[in-house]
Amino acid sequence: MTVTGIGARELATPAAPAGPEPVRRRRLLPAVLRNPWGRPRFLVLTTWVYIAWALLPVGIAMLFSFNSGRSRSVWQGFSLRWWWTDPSFSVFHDPDYTHALVHSLELAALDMLIATPLGVLLALGLARWRGRGSGAANGLMLVPLVTPEIVMAVSLLVVFTQLAIVPFALIHLGTGAQVVGQVTFSLSYVVVIVRSRLASIGPEYEEAARDLGATPIAALRLVLLPLLLPAILASMLIVFALSIDDFVVTQYMSSNASTTTIPMFLYANARGGTTTPALNALATILVVTTLIGIGVAYLIYTALGRRASTGEVSALRDLSGLETA
Amino acid sequence: MESRSHWRAFALPGVVWLCLFVLVPAYAVLAMAMGRVNFLLQPVPAWNPFGWNPGYVSKAFSGALPGGEYWPAVRNTLVYVSVALALCFAVGYPVAYYVARHARRTKGLLIMLLVIPFWVSYLLRMLAWIGLLSSDGYVNQLLQTVGITHPPNWLNGNPYSVILALVYGYIPYFILPVFAGIDRIDRSQIEAARDLGATPWEAFLRVTLPLSRPSIIAGAALVVLPMFGDYYTNDLISASPHTNMLGNEINLFVQGGPQVNLGASLVLVLMAILAVGMAYYVYVTARDARRFA
Repeated sequence: MTVTGIGARELATPAAPAGPEPVRRRRLLPAVLRNPWGRPRFLVLTTWVYIAWALLPVGIAMLFSFNSGRSRSVWQGFSLRWWWTDPSFSVFHDPDYTHALVHSLELAALDMLIATPLGVLLALGLARWRGRGSGAANGLMLVPLVTPEIVMAVSLLVVFTQLAIVPFALIHLGTGAQVVGQVTFSLSYVVVIVRSRLASIGPEYEEAARDLGATPIAALRLVLLPLLLPAILASMLIVFALSIDDFVVTQYMSSNASTTTIPMFLYANARGGTTTPALNALATILVVTTLIGIGVAYLIYTALGRRASTGEVSALRDLSGLETA
Repeated sequence: MESRSHWRAFALPGVVWLCLFVLVPAYAVLAMAMGRVNFLLQPVPAWNPFGWNPGYVSKAFSGALPGGEYWPAVRNTLVYVSVALALCFAVGYPVAYYVARHARRTKGLLIMLLVIPFWVSYLLRMLAWIGLLSSDGYVNQLLQTVGITHPPNWLNGNPYSVILALVYGYIPYFILPVFAGIDRIDRSQIEAARDLGATPWEAFLRVTLPLSRPSIIAGAALVVLPMFGDYYTNDLISASPHTNMLGNEINLFVQGGPQVNLGASLVLVLMAILAVGMAYYVYVTARDARRFA
């Protein structure tokens, strides 16, 4: 890699190739002084400054859930007051907070249980179905990925408040509409993840099963589904994370205070002058839950999926569904 | 093939779901935009195209032009999104480039650190900045220690804070696809350029940058689409009508009361603006596909 020029690490490691080494080493100090903004150094600096900028504010906000005072911007000492010890205002004692937490988990579970099977079937169908309508179905599947969420939210709101025919008349704003809205946008992610896995498995295993006498359904059940399992489990957890983090659709589909979720609660109270650090504790719970879900998804995907040779990068790509978006 | 029909049966439930909850709602927005209010002043959609009332739609579209009632919101949207996109590129591209091309032992760690913000709730990330930018927050304390005794009011109608928050909120969606794009570039192509006498800078400009262009465009699409529909960043960081974006106007009219027809018409304005962008996206990707085929 000659493009690099002189990288900081190459200079620091004694194990670098022997040839030009003495020359380089003599130039080390003057090079830094002459041009501290040389390309690799500048890139290293940008990257780490960016990462600090991206993560430190979040860390500070999480830290403030342990503040002993009421402020969410001035540190007054450490306490577990807002997590547990305050008997009426801590996150696990204030009914508003616990309700939002429970409702978020409920929605995430329902979304996961509906969107995953629906999405897996749709992915299998779309991958194999060649014929009239398949192109349109493919395009339709991508629509939720490329539409701003507010557009989906407004359109679903109009349908659920104005259209008095079955099935829309059966679904009311509140938990029902929230689940429908969340499933609608989660579905596409499941399809993208499962399809990219299907593509990396290839048709050979299934064809071998068919040659050995399996019916199409038996080949699917005995060969393809076990191979797809990591992708299915991973997409379940991704749906869980998408659901628990969602704000716009969930807010538009909500009815009253009983269908408030954690993100909605954060939105409503983030600027309130009387809001306590219990809000930061609630947000911390949200983030830790999401990150655990995603971490487990990643581990499942890379550990079980090794047969089809998925590296770090391709797993990342598959999981974030970026290829089609 | 006897199997053809069962694959279609597999897709059926999902396709029906998407028709019911994507296609029908899309038409419902159009019907609502073309609708009326009844004698109780409640919004009523016009389901039948023969009964369409173009009044709200023409009001929304003419209001969105320079000088119109919604022009400030449209202008804010266009300015904030373009500046935020430019900043996403200026910060995100070097980061993606470094992690994809230069990071070695730290690559796994860096990828993880880049992915984390992706999955940290957007609203928590806004909450974090509300704490930092509040009048007694750490940002102002820092400014005071360097001698700025009258720091700006960050959280009340400050467009710079809104742009900062947009960049902060959406830049992970830009970095990841660009990283994946640069990571996929075959190193031998860059080495070939160097062997043929290109300086490192020339090799970057004439090989790496053009080859990463599809991923830059994909990343730009991923940040621009949600930014155009964003209203919560503004509500949380600014909470002032001076910095309203198109999403704020839509949210105001749809959730705020009897002006749903107008809100739905503004959704059509938003989609029209995005359609122009999408047409460009399709044109560019098709051209790139031909060029690099």
